[in-house]
Amino acid sequence: MIDPVALFVLLLSASTPILFAALGELVVERAGVLNLGVEGMMITGALAGFAAAYHTGNPFVGFAAAALGGALIAMPFAALTQFLLSNQVASGLALTLFGLGLAALFGKPMEGVKAPAMAAGPLGLNWIVWLGLLMVPAIWWFLNRSRTGLVLRGVGENHDAAHALGYDVRRVRIAAIAFGGAMAGIGGAFISIATVLQWTEGMTAGAGWIALAIVVFSNWTAPGVLAGAWLFGGVTVLQLRLQAAGVRVPVQLLSMAPYLATIIVLVAISARQKFSRRAGTAAPGSLGQDFHALR
Amino acid sequence: MIRLVPRTETPALLQVAIPLLAVLATMLAGGILFGVMGYDPVAAIKTIFWDPLFGPAASYSRPQLLVKAAPLILIASGLAVGFRAGIWNIGAEGQYIVGAITGAAVALAAYPAQGMWIFPAMVVAGAAGGWAWGMVPALLRNWFGASEILVSLMLVYVAQRIAAWMAFGPMKNPEGFGFPGSRNLQQYPPASNPELVAGTGAHWGVVAAAAAVLATWFLMSRHIRGFHLRAAGLAPRAARFAGVRPETLVAFCLGLSGALAGMAGLFEVAGPAGQITDKVGVGYGFTAIIVAFLGRLHPVGILLAGLLLALTYIGGELAQLTMNLPAATVQVFQGMLLFFLLGFDLLTRYRIARRITA
Repeated sequence: MIDPVALFVLLLSASTPILFAALGELVVERAGVLNLGVEGMMITGALAGFAAAYHTGNPFVGFAAAALGGALIAMPFAALTQFLLSNQVASGLALTLFGLGLAALFGKPMEGVKAPAMAAGPLGLNWIVWLGLLMVPAIWWFLNRSRTGLVLRGVGENHDAAHALGYDVRRVRIAAIAFGGAMAGIGGAFISIATVLQWTEGMTAGAGWIALAIVVFSNWTAPGVLAGAWLFGGVTVLQLRLQAAGVRVPVQLLSMAPYLATIIVLVAISARQKFSRRAGTAAPGSLGQDFHALR
Repeated sequence: MIRLVPRTETPALLQVAIPLLAVLATMLAGGILFGVMGYDPVAAIKTIFWDPLFGPAASYSRPQLLVKAAPLILIASGLAVGFRAGIWNIGAEGQYIVGAITGAAVALAAYPAQGMWIFPAMVVAGAAGGWAWGMVPALLRNWFGASEILVSLMLVYVAQRIAAWMAFGPMKNPEGFGFPGSRNLQQYPPASNPELVAGTGAHWGVVAAAAAVLATWFLMSRHIRGFHLRAAGLAPRAARFAGVRPETLVAFCLGLSGALAGMAGLFEVAGPAGQITDKVGVGYGFTAIIVAFLGRLHPVGILLAGLLLALTYIGGELAQLTMNLPAATVQVFQGMLLFFLLGFDLLTRYRIARRITA
């Protein structure tokens, strides 16, 4: 028999990287920026975090380094989209390709070493899992109840109006992009420091792209992101359980499950937004558009 | 102070100058990176960009240029058509893998039959496989409004797992002593894609790439569908009022780019790669995105950009051998190139003027 509590603990752990990355991207998108570089920022965080944790022997220093690394690697994207008015889709892709390459390049010396052990937090759960769960209400509060959050949403809904009111659209967006990078970095580091316990090239394996899909699924809300991350975590855990149980389905086909589930969920939610007269989409009004103040 | 003034027209010179500027900036930044890593920057840049063409081992590496450029150009030609219309197929890597599998499936099913029909049938099957894989995101977008960016990308991971399953399961070589991987198509002449002219590296994929460049040029500049595509990219609302159905364009672009990527995969698996393994996808589908942008989404530009990025692949391999430079260097180079290109692109859309202070 599988213990449901143990299963839920596994689900929490499997969903944490995606939860961090998707919460970060949620804030970025609510500010009106579509950053497709999540995968690149996650892998950068996975390496920066692992290297820092390995050299200092302290996993928490690792997570701080991951946040810093994720935020730093997002800066070329911020410069391109905010100052040079580059296409956000293409710039995000460039960030992903660049991040994957850079991490592979600097990750060579880290191959084959083990991450330092991490002390468990309350209830035997990892501290970072707790932090992720705390970030959900925190980001909900920030977006819906704080003044800064209101400004950020205003910038994302209609950047011209926000500009006319005197808000610095660029500054808000750059801050959001840096925050998204830091969150993606922590998510990536959770994979290398707390789950896999070592560094391998391309270890994020599409988690960043799944995080992007979960933001759409969430209809741009923090609780929705949590639901999406748990759904993804559930599918992952189930798939791993089936592999371990020796089901007569090839491993390679079972490991498709998270990606197929993401597609199905994306289709379901898009269909709901498209056909339901009441639901509609909560996508920010200025999402993905360039902002150029002529005056 | 300076300010940006939107341009109504882009000077032709800039269209050529900007990609060159981006390449130079990448070399410069790459040189700095090599310096930081403790390599001789000048020697590294020379090894990557000069030696494959004119260095001591050039007679070996020169033919590789066409081998590597063909899939990039073939895929990028298709992608550029969609990018012009604002349709983002970023899953060409998956379509490439599926095309390789469906194409190889024909050969493996026919084995050991002989016949002139086998290779053409494989090309058709490869194109059909890539087309079908591209139509999934197209239909999901048209029917349900799902983002083609995310769906096509997710399907890359699915395709990679299908390839692994094939290599370890249904397509495993029965005479392969238990090793994963299919039969080697290079050793099965009716299904192989050999070098057509000795010493050039040109195989059927190179012919197809050349044809794709011509065909997409005709499509985009002489055919009404190309006009519709460009209109939809520049002014989606105006295009809709003019009677252009976005659904048709989405299906056309994803189907076309999928079919071309699938063909590229087939030519690779029947030629240079030889067999289906779990590592069929080597990243051409992603690099082709850079090729499309570097070529300014224009067929001729894509031809040149494809050759340049092929050069970085070969030069990167050479630098790995002679200077012990890590393999990932090329990836970093390609990422930087796209960054610089997108940055300099500002100059095509805006001109820089002195701010007039009242």
